[in-house]
Amino acid sequence: MGNIWSLTRYSKLKFQMLQLTPDERALMNGETGSSGDRMAMQIVTRAAEMLGADRLVAITSSHIDGCLYHGDSGVLFCEKLVQGGGRVKVPSTTNVGALNLSKPDQIRVDLDRRNMAWRLMKAHEDLGCQPTWTCAPYQAGARPAVGAQVAWGESNAVAFVNTVLGARTNRYGDFLDIACAITARAPYYGLHKPENRVAELLVDVRALSEELKHEDAFYPVLGAFIGRTAGETIPVVEGLPQTMSEDQLKALCAGAAATGAAALIHIAGVTPEAPDLTTALGNNVAAETITLTTDMVLETRHSLSISQSGAIDCVALGSPHFSFEECKKLLDLSRGRKFKVPVYVCLGRHTMQQLTEAGIGKELADIGVEFVIDTCVVVTPILPEGGGVMMTNSAKFAHYALGNIGYEPVFGALSDCVRSATEGRAIWDEAIWN
Amino acid sequence: MELNHQADVVFAGDAAGEVLRLDSPISFWGGVDPVSAKIVLGGHPQHGLLINGKMLVIPQLIGSSSSSAILLELLYRGIAPKALILGNGDAILPIGVLIASQMDWETCPVVKLMDPPFKTGDRINISHDGLIQSY
Repeated sequence: MGNIWSLTRYSKLKFQMLQLTPDERALMNGETGSSGDRMAMQIVTRAAEMLGADRLVAITSSHIDGCLYHGDSGVLFCEKLVQGGGRVKVPSTTNVGALNLSKPDQIRVDLDRRNMAWRLMKAHEDLGCQPTWTCAPYQAGARPAVGAQVAWGESNAVAFVNTVLGARTNRYGDFLDIACAITARAPYYGLHKPENRVAELLVDVRALSEELKHEDAFYPVLGAFIGRTAGETIPVVEGLPQTMSEDQLKALCAGAAATGAAALIHIAGVTPEAPDLTTALGNNVAAETITLTTDMVLETRHSLSISQSGAIDCVALGSPHFSFEECKKLLDLSRGRKFKVPVYVCLGRHTMQQLTEAGIGKELADIGVEFVIDTCVVVTPILPEGGGVMMTNSAKFAHYALGNIGYEPVFGALSDCVRSATEGRAIWDEAIWN
Repeated sequence: MELNHQADVVFAGDAAGEVLRLDSPISFWGGVDPVSAKIVLGGHPQHGLLINGKMLVIPQLIGSSSSSAILLELLYRGIAPKALILGNGDAILPIGVLIASQMDWETCPVVKLMDPPFKTGDRINISHDGLIQSY
């Protein structure tokens, strides 16, 4: 589920001659490799021409976003790659599918669609992908090295891998992602090139209180602010604490990527390429500076809720997929409570396994948590039909809830979500924000 | 309108027909129903209009990279626009056409023209080399 992937910034050199290496040309012409490999190579080279790249770049990993069912055509395409002997040449993880494979009945779709969604997931396994089925592959062990060239899809994962891990990818999407994985190549353009990774917009958060910057709920809000403000400009954030947790960084990246086009958000002192502000800006003065105030934070927080009060129908957590740490926090906040509305926790199968081994999975289920594994509640029909009000601590869920599944979002901290689930109505602890 | 316009060819082909110009940006994913070819984005000024068989003028494209999957589905079902005239150099939709050609399904020409002047209801013809003529 990516967002904007506009290429206007990078298309100045378009239609320049694409240079291929002898190996690439041999694959392209069918002298080496299977017919599936050749098909993938033709897609990558043709896309490279459209993008104005003058060469391809070797990649070391891929995260595949094309495994979510949108229609039969995508299934037939992947199955043709499988039949042609196409196989991924680099470690490739899979994003969410349209099914919870461990509980197929959880999804409200007819058997035909369910079968096609399953065939699409199966085809990706047949192509050699690791069946992670998560939008947070970096929680499942996929952690490219600093400077590594990779081809990742899924907007939050793209932002995380560029921002937090310092690897290099553009926002890849359906079809091109798997073609890159099969050829181990990507068009060399955009964020693959160091000169395109320099920040131009300074987001200064030094004026905000340190207490606020220690609240988990601050990070999705900051992300949403950046996503809506930065457009396609690469920002650098100055003034965040070095003690940020990975879950806080994850929420920031997801918020920025879902609400805008952000694929790289330099965080001074955290992003490997941004040890300090000056380096992030490439020794230039910022083209634009935005100094964040508490009021701007409050306004953004407010904008993430469509429904502002009253009864809620459910709580949805885990966009990006909930981590083991987040599940533990949820349990700590929920012990001794009884939920009045369903609490959906979306997560990867690897995290579910950790929870089960730690005995936490059963405790959460006993309190009333419904686990959604391999998929999530805004990409496939899980919540009851007819819409309603969904409370969430995720800016990404808040952004997609109404358009995708007809639920009005209410945004709050995790602790707000737990209290609200217990009461069946939206409750906020304003003290966090003041 | 009498002038001819030379557009950049992104995906070559010939097509002629009536223009539908998107009055407001749209993401095909979430904005166009792949089963009916209808614009389904809530609040869009052209909500409910069909894009199949149109010379679709898209001055500005936004949104999800999954839009290529929606266009591929429209091509597969035979309910795609006759041609795409893009105002910017976005590769999401062209990739949907590229995959259709790999699958030996019907494709449609894709051209790029900055600030395309065509209005809904105009009749235009696109040729293989990117020349757009009104008729």
